[in-house]
Amino acid sequence: MRNQVEAILVGVGAVLALVLAGLAADEGMRVHAWVLFGVLAIATWFLLRRVDFSKAKAIPLKADVATTEPFYNDTVVRYGVIATSMWGIVGFLVGIVIALQLAFPDLNIEPWFNFGRMRPLHTSAVIFAFGGSALITTSFYIVQRTTRASLFGGSLAWFVFWGYQLFIVLAATGYLLGITQSKEYAEPEWYVDLWLTIVWVAYLVVFVGTLVKRKEPHIYVANWFFLSFIVTVAMLHVVNGLTMPVSLLGAKSYSAFSGVQDALTQWWYGHNAVGFFLTAGFLGMMYYFIPKQANRPVYSYRLSIIHFWSLIFLYIWAGPHHLHFTALPDWAQTLGMVFSIMLWMPSWGGMINGLMTLAGAWDKLRTDPILRMLAMSVAFYGMSTFEGPMLSIKSVNGLSHYTDWTIGHVHSGALGWNGMITFGALYYLTPKLWGRSRLYSLRLVNWHFWLATLGIVIYAAVMWVSGIMQGLMWREVGPDGFLAYSFVETVQAMHPYYVARAFAGVLFLAGGLIMAFNLYQTIRGRLRDEAPMGQSVVEGAATPAE
Amino acid sequence: MTDKHPKKENKALEGALPEAKADPVARGLLANHGKIERNASLLLALSLGVVTIGGIVEIAPLFWLENTIEEVEGVRPYSPLELAGRNIYIREGCYVCHSQMIRPFRDEVERYGHYSLAAESIYDHPFQWGSKRTGPDLARVGGRYSNEWHVQHMIEPRDVVPESIMPSYSFLANADLVVEDPAAHLVANRRVGVPYDEAMVENAMADLTAQADPDADWSGLLERYPKAVTGDFDGDPTRLTEMDALIAYLQMLGTLVDFSTETPQQAAAVEEEEAG
Amino acid sequence: MEFSYDAMRQFADSWGLLGMMAFFFTVIVMVLWPGARSKAEDAAQIPFKED
Repeated sequence: MRNQVEAILVGVGAVLALVLAGLAADEGMRVHAWVLFGVLAIATWFLLRRVDFSKAKAIPLKADVATTEPFYNDTVVRYGVIATSMWGIVGFLVGIVIALQLAFPDLNIEPWFNFGRMRPLHTSAVIFAFGGSALITTSFYIVQRTTRASLFGGSLAWFVFWGYQLFIVLAATGYLLGITQSKEYAEPEWYVDLWLTIVWVAYLVVFVGTLVKRKEPHIYVANWFFLSFIVTVAMLHVVNGLTMPVSLLGAKSYSAFSGVQDALTQWWYGHNAVGFFLTAGFLGMMYYFIPKQANRPVYSYRLSIIHFWSLIFLYIWAGPHHLHFTALPDWAQTLGMVFSIMLWMPSWGGMINGLMTLAGAWDKLRTDPILRMLAMSVAFYGMSTFEGPMLSIKSVNGLSHYTDWTIGHVHSGALGWNGMITFGALYYLTPKLWGRSRLYSLRLVNWHFWLATLGIVIYAAVMWVSGIMQGLMWREVGPDGFLAYSFVETVQAMHPYYVARAFAGVLFLAGGLIMAFNLYQTIRGRLRDEAPMGQSVVEGAATPAE
Repeated sequence: MTDKHPKKENKALEGALPEAKADPVARGLLANHGKIERNASLLLALSLGVVTIGGIVEIAPLFWLENTIEEVEGVRPYSPLELAGRNIYIREGCYVCHSQMIRPFRDEVERYGHYSLAAESIYDHPFQWGSKRTGPDLARVGGRYSNEWHVQHMIEPRDVVPESIMPSYSFLANADLVVEDPAAHLVANRRVGVPYDEAMVENAMADLTAQADPDADWSGLLERYPKAVTGDFDGDPTRLTEMDALIAYLQMLGTLVDFSTETPQQAAAVEEEEAG
Repeated sequence: MEFSYDAMRQFADSWGLLGMMAFFFTVIVMVLWPGARSKAEDAAQIPFKED
């Protein structure tokens, strides 16, 4: 007997969504309820088709897929790998669209596909859909391997996975419909926030439950990073999401805070979304996948513990650097700046720890493009965590704030660090999860590596140059004592850079598409007949280290 | 919950060097250290404690600090039409490209006007300071351009600014302004601290339509919301559109505080920030 | 109990700061304690116990 309860629950949810569509107090909620109904109705249909009334069978010794031990719950991880790849492509594609909209404004299609509604779609698609799915997927995989226990809570892990996907769909459709709280990286309205809170608590339960029932006495450091990521994001999300709905049947709400308080709460959230979602969680990935792919333990485990505590001690204070020279009190700005600069140390400690794990195995970088991808991601982590503290210095920030320099900085971190380490993890996971001896093609990984690297380097360089140019033009004073440029002249000057930036995005997306093809072929069980990587290698293709 | 490992004290030293096993100090320290690394709930509590403190120390004071919540003369809650316009501003993601926060730099003050005061966004739920200037700052855009200019600019930005990269928002002129229950919006704001009084809530619907109606009597509205810009905004007095609401909001931005009586100290503050 | 700004700030600047520093340095000392090395090396092997 399978899927009955799930089918009934989701079916009831679909009916409730229909009722909500009828009772909705505003247009936003009405349309969103219809979207929800559609999603749940389709889900119900799928579940009903899969209802199985035969008696529960004894758990087979071998799972449907041969290699992984049936002991682990890996099906949800497999779904996660596919979802992550898919959302990656979607997020990169929307990124290119909005990059082109800035270069060619006629590409805006009002009202749903104007830049103002598309930009949150892009940021949420890459951070929460791509990054979030990657984090949930890898954390479920890693926590099982490092605790030698299966996931706690049975089908709760499935609830986390599908619940999170539903959150993504509601958030994304909401942006295009104009349903937003306007808090950057926390745009979804109150009811979507509530849903995410429920999913997140379930995630915490699954994760902590698995830690508690572990068979390994020590909790491996990757899990520390994952745990702090889950807990902190829960706290940030709840506090920053505090709002007053106009009606319990309506979409619109007003933030519980106003003005300065709201700004600081938002950037306390915003910065720590970077610190804990995009850094701590992904460091958990680094501390597992780099040792595994290099087949050697982390350079210094003790450094990793210091890395952990210093990072979470310092990060949480750094938020105000997003509000330099604003109406925020000076002491808070200075505090944010000092802690941001101090953050440079643990960040580079972590980078050194990740890179030095390859000590004595540097030659593998030549033959193993997956390892090279992971190493490059750590290098970009180091680069953007150097640039970050620099941008938080008030005098630098005075120039950089409000310009595209910040956008470039974010992308060197997001594409370079988060993107590359996720790609590496997906390449590592796919053959293992589907029981393949190796990836379809390592040469395609190599192509992906170079396309992505080139894309990031062009992107960061272009935005760096244009951002500084923009900042300098704004403040340039002519010999007559008046401002040298009107605002629109600075907009005009950005055009070639916006075009170049879109081109960089195309390169990055092309790499992503190659990855999707490669993973697809691997899952299908195909192996490309190709010459091994590296010239002097005799023993054949450098398969991922076991 | 870690009692599954009753002999954890000894396990902490498993594999340790013989010297460490013999050293009583190391023994004690290691055993305790092991507790953090082995106990999931302790790890959870400690990391939560550490990350909460920063938030409490940094954010909580702002709710008490005088200069962040000090009121400045002239700042008032938004009129129902302005609030509706502000909600359209939020819906369309204008904040993605336009900031509303003028920093105390010479070029910004020259370009946009007096630097922004904390008090000016005191009724902003949520704040709209923004983080990026793909377009210019709008903190003091009120009164800078005519209503006609705004309508033209929204319909086709490149008609008035050929180099502009702003999307077209012509649909606003054709969309009737729909606010299901304007009073409920004021009440929701009141619940989070905006001082909308009874008269404001009672007249919410009337004020919403009156502000953009060229034939209406605005005396009550102007009494409740001083300096509100009144009259037809979108060039079509027969309809109340989303364009009316958005322009009503834009035309009041940054106009509430009277800076003509600016003290020398404030001017000095700008210079000081510039120098430092 | 009164949560005035001054009281909170005073706590943050004194005991709060001290407590956090103390915790942080205790962790560092514990981690760098000579005897902790072998234990850390054991823990570093965890990913290789299972595939």
